[in-house]
Amino acid sequence: MSTDGEAPVSEPGGHVVGRRRFFGYVLAGATLVTAAGPIPATAAWAEEAQNESLSGSVDLNDVMTLAARPTSNLIKVEVHEDSTVSFALPRAETGQGITTSTAMLIAEELDVPVSQVRVTLADARPELVFNQLTGASNTTISTYTPVRTAAAIARRRLLEAAADEFGADLDDLVLREGVISDGSGHSAQIGSLVEKAASENTEEVSVDLKTSEDFSVIGEPQNRIDAVEAVTGRKKFTLDLDVDDALPTMVCRAPTINGTPESVVNTDEVLQMPGVTDVATISTGVAVRAETFGQCIDAVRALEVSWEPGSVDGLSDEDVLQELQEAELPMVPAPPGSSTVDETFTFYFRNNSALEPNCAIADVRSDSAEIWSGLKAPIVARGAIAEKIGLRPSAVTVHVPESGGSFGRKLFFDAAVEAAEASKEIGKPVKLMWHRADDTRQGRTQPMATSRVRISHDGDRVLRYDQRHTSVATDLSHGFGDVVTAMAAEIPGLDGTFAQVFFQLSQARSYDFGHESRLLNEVNRGFNTGSMRNVYSPNVVCARELMVDRLAQELDRDPYEFRRELLTDERARAALDRVAEVGEWGREMPSDTAQGIAFMHEYKSECAVLAEIDCRQETIDREVRDGVTGPRVTKVVLAVDVGLAVNPRGLEAQMQGCVMDGIALAMTSSLHLEDGHFLEASWDNYFYTRQWNTPPEIEVVIMPASGEPGGAGELGVAPVKAAVACAYGRAVGAMPTSFPINHGDLSFEPRPNVPPVPEPPSDGLDNAE
Amino acid sequence: MPEHTFRLNGEQVTVDVADDVRLLWVLRDVLGVTGPKYGCGISVCQACVSHVNGKAVTPCTVPVGDLDASDEVTTIEGLPDTVGEELHPMQEAWLEQDVSQCGYCQPGQIMAAVALVRRSAEEGRDITDDDLDGIRNICRCGTYLRIREAIRAGAAHM
Repeated sequence: MSTDGEAPVSEPGGHVVGRRRFFGYVLAGATLVTAAGPIPATAAWAEEAQNESLSGSVDLNDVMTLAARPTSNLIKVEVHEDSTVSFALPRAETGQGITTSTAMLIAEELDVPVSQVRVTLADARPELVFNQLTGASNTTISTYTPVRTAAAIARRRLLEAAADEFGADLDDLVLREGVISDGSGHSAQIGSLVEKAASENTEEVSVDLKTSEDFSVIGEPQNRIDAVEAVTGRKKFTLDLDVDDALPTMVCRAPTINGTPESVVNTDEVLQMPGVTDVATISTGVAVRAETFGQCIDAVRALEVSWEPGSVDGLSDEDVLQELQEAELPMVPAPPGSSTVDETFTFYFRNNSALEPNCAIADVRSDSAEIWSGLKAPIVARGAIAEKIGLRPSAVTVHVPESGGSFGRKLFFDAAVEAAEASKEIGKPVKLMWHRADDTRQGRTQPMATSRVRISHDGDRVLRYDQRHTSVATDLSHGFGDVVTAMAAEIPGLDGTFAQVFFQLSQARSYDFGHESRLLNEVNRGFNTGSMRNVYSPNVVCARELMVDRLAQELDRDPYEFRRELLTDERARAALDRVAEVGEWGREMPSDTAQGIAFMHEYKSECAVLAEIDCRQETIDREVRDGVTGPRVTKVVLAVDVGLAVNPRGLEAQMQGCVMDGIALAMTSSLHLEDGHFLEASWDNYFYTRQWNTPPEIEVVIMPASGEPGGAGELGVAPVKAAVACAYGRAVGAMPTSFPINHGDLSFEPRPNVPPVPEPPSDGLDNAE
Repeated sequence: MPEHTFRLNGEQVTVDVADDVRLLWVLRDVLGVTGPKYGCGISVCQACVSHVNGKAVTPCTVPVGDLDASDEVTTIEGLPDTVGEELHPMQEAWLEQDVSQCGYCQPGQIMAAVALVRRSAEEGRDITDDDLDGIRNICRCGTYLRIREAIRAGAAHM
């Protein structure tokens, strides 16, 4: 951030920040276009490193924010003649609500109604370098200041234009709800002033931003700006776009993970099938293009293909587990005279599959290509697509439609690269979609991992905390890697392998454990993996919280009181206290039911969770057709301090979603690896939380603002999972050590993997209800 | 190719497509009606739920040849017209509760909710927790709690 050195002021919550003057530009143009000024990463880093209000440890978010700063001048706010304000957000909206919160930032500084702000998603813009990557809950953290600066400059410029127009003093003007008035009869919509406010040349200007006590939009609950589109079916996702001649296309895939096509036996026969226009072998399988997706499915099922082996043929869960056990890094000896609690936890493969499957539209020509896909790293995707089809990156245009969920999945661009290859091979535009079975069996996974925790203590005093996390390698080649590598030189004290660095950056100290060490070791790169919502934390934190519970039990301490003493940060304690109070920690519970409590600090934010679980036999035995029941989480209270919640209603929604994710990870959601492939092929196999697993009571408490926005999009997943696991352990009287808890019981009859996708039922009308 | 005719959102439509192509693809790929979404293709996720003669079906499991000329197919796009308003009360409730996150599953959720409320009304009773527990639609964003609140609110205005 740039500052002209004005005195710091105290904001509500006691968080001291500098009231700063920000500079930026009015860009040359016929209408009013503004942008924030660039800030060199090194200078910004030096400033923040000296700021004692930082948590004391650099995290992944600091790195991403710093990496985005040098190009923050390239994202522009534009005011139009119809008085609307537009902004092309260089991030992916995947449901997390960032188009709404960004519209709120602009509405706040520009004093226009939120409904007058149009936020769209930017195409891939390589000049943004590291400033077009959606992940690590970083969007609002990194855009909070640049977006407001650009909006404030536009406001200032409009007021100056109005002063000139009205012949009034700037100080006498008021801009409210998109209308400027001078108190003596003049008033004008901002749209009528844009021509006057525009600049022939790019001009550098400086501006003050509102302080939090002046906020009237930021911090107020706001419904989503795309809600009407969503409930009317008008919201357009990639597969809903009408691109000329881009016919439905699907890929027949190998029976084992990453198997590749050797030869196709019956191409001519399949080409004769109704609706089928093209069959082409590509690197990942055999692509079929047809008039409808239904006919693609029929053709995929009819294809007879011989396959080359996959990348993990023959491997099953137990083989991977053994490999992980063998790769665990050694523990350091416990301090002399101390006692220890020591345990190893296992976390099976999970699927971050969104409801919108992997999909993309591609129109590849001899000298250019146009791609549409929900991408969180579109610049990196563009490079990969260009390489695959042998074009210069500059010849590839990548559009980013809104996504039907991501949870980390859309950091990767598998479907976009595949669609480009298929379009090139077929010589026609394609609208490529993965079947759900493909998405589950060949898609990215949260890798299987073990986590060994040892807490060394002398009575009540914790002396050291050691964690050895061993995981199937997480593929980070979507751009996090580039960011961290590029910024590594700026950050003192980071060394080790790239994965180790990334692991350290994404994990933060939560408790005062004395000395703390957490190390990651990775094995086997043959799986398709990626970062799933909250990345390492759902496993690392779940293991930690269970061990805090175990130590508390050994010391005969209350789990809440014990945690409270280990927390040194006031915001952290306040969040923990709040869930204990609201959730009535320690209340009388029937046998086979219990409460659990957990805490996590991450990306400048605090999150505490209290969960109640019902493990009574009659609950476990509930019957739901093709559904997993088991113990039911009956109540969750979650307190979250994100520094400043730009949109509390959106934050509450994110936390409610985190509750469902955390329950799924603790109780029901996993993939079973058997002989080189995953058994799961549908949502009734890979078992994400359903209505009958939903807690009847959920309360999200948003703690009072305590500073600037911290991470919010994924924060709740890990502590919810941990609290549910702790509650389960206390209800059944035995700490769980393998997740999800039901992984050992296969709850479904696996579908065949040849053909790779299931036959569509035809009894729909019989089941009308 | 065989012709099929049925009523879609109040209009008679005719398509020229093989008998066994499922209604979902006829709607999306042939007629360009994209409100019903694909999420699994085997009637598990319920993202495509629409109504045939007022009852909930998953179009991914209905061969177009099974439809008669008089069968009335209603997708999310046609739901408001069934009450002659700009939005159906269930859609209004969805907005009021700010249910949607990514929004991909929500057309199917709303269509399933409307059918559920109609069923319970025919049985002369209110929506129960068991009814809500029995909804099979997946929301991967986890909006289940607001969905439950919206259904109760929407039911009160249907």
